Amino acid sequence: MNSFTIAAHTYRSRLLVGTGKYRDFDETRAAIEASGADIVTVAIRRTNIGQNANEPNLLDALPPSRFTILPNTAGCYTADDAVRTLRLARELLDGHKLCKLEVLGDPKTLFPNVVETLRATETLVREGFDVMVYTSDDPIIARQLQDLGCVAVMPLASLIGSGMGILNPWNLEIIIAEAKVPVLVDAGVGTASDAAIAMELGCDGVLMNTAIAAARDPILMASAMKKAVEAGREAYLAGRMPKKIYQATPSSPEGGVIGTVHKAA
Amino acid sequence: MLASISLYRTLGILALTTTLQLNGQPLTVPAPISLAQLVDRLGYTGKRIAVECNGEIVPRSRYGETALADGDRLEIVVAVGGG
Repeated sequence: MNSFTIAAHTYRSRLLVGTGKYRDFDETRAAIEASGADIVTVAIRRTNIGQNANEPNLLDALPPSRFTILPNTAGCYTADDAVRTLRLARELLDGHKLCKLEVLGDPKTLFPNVVETLRATETLVREGFDVMVYTSDDPIIARQLQDLGCVAVMPLASLIGSGMGILNPWNLEIIIAEAKVPVLVDAGVGTASDAAIAMELGCDGVLMNTAIAAARDPILMASAMKKAVEAGREAYLAGRMPKKIYQATPSSPEGGVIGTVHKAA
Repeated sequence: MLASISLYRTLGILALTTTLQLNGQPLTVPAPISLAQLVDRLGYTGKRIAVECNGEIVPRSRYGETALADGDRLEIVVAVGGG
């Protein structure tokens, strides 16, 4: 019930996690283990020339044999830079095609530049990448990215690293209703209830980093997020009861009460 | 392959060198040099890296046959923590 498929691969966990902002690789690994995530994002950066070439490598802590590594294009502001970064990532990961495309438009808000994102998508799909794309919560852009061949569309819940939660559930519902590929909320989740709400809306998964890494106890929060995503998914599948505005209905029998019986007029 | 000729003043001998742009910084190395030799010199042999030379990916299998020339723009990257 909880497994889902991206680009013909099936994953057990619907929680995808980032690997940034942890104290060290031990904490990174422990948090990711606690989250139960199968897919973990990484960034691609220049090596520090002249520094110790034997310093620990993230991919030793998170071996690609165990986790599906999802390289991102964080920090890229043009389609060209994003495409170059992912070509390097594919070489780094021995031809691995799954990637997370994000092309940013502004360093303060980290809002995506959707025009450059669309341009990069065209090139990457042509070159055989399986593109999971970070985008705004605009349903039209989401549809266009899907039509270009993205394997998953990942609208923001709110700004990257803000922890502000889901600001526009209405747009997410439109995107989910129209999507033919998995929809994942990427960015903005702050705590477990945010992740549960995303899943209750019908998202196929949630991608987060800071909500776990910046918690006081990242490993405990990773465990909470795992449960929240599972709980939200089960609630979505179970189908919630209808909301009855200003209309209470008792859960206990109305008859047989000792003393005076009160009935609504 | 172009190689610049520079005088090693302290040694007083003529030496061939190549100046590359590596990760946005100039780096002068003895010439001739292959990408495999540069990677070894930097201590990255056997490490999980990827290399772009003048905008093109160089597959790991071709480091040995890739001769580097003056002015080549190289990017050497690794995976780091990120969301």
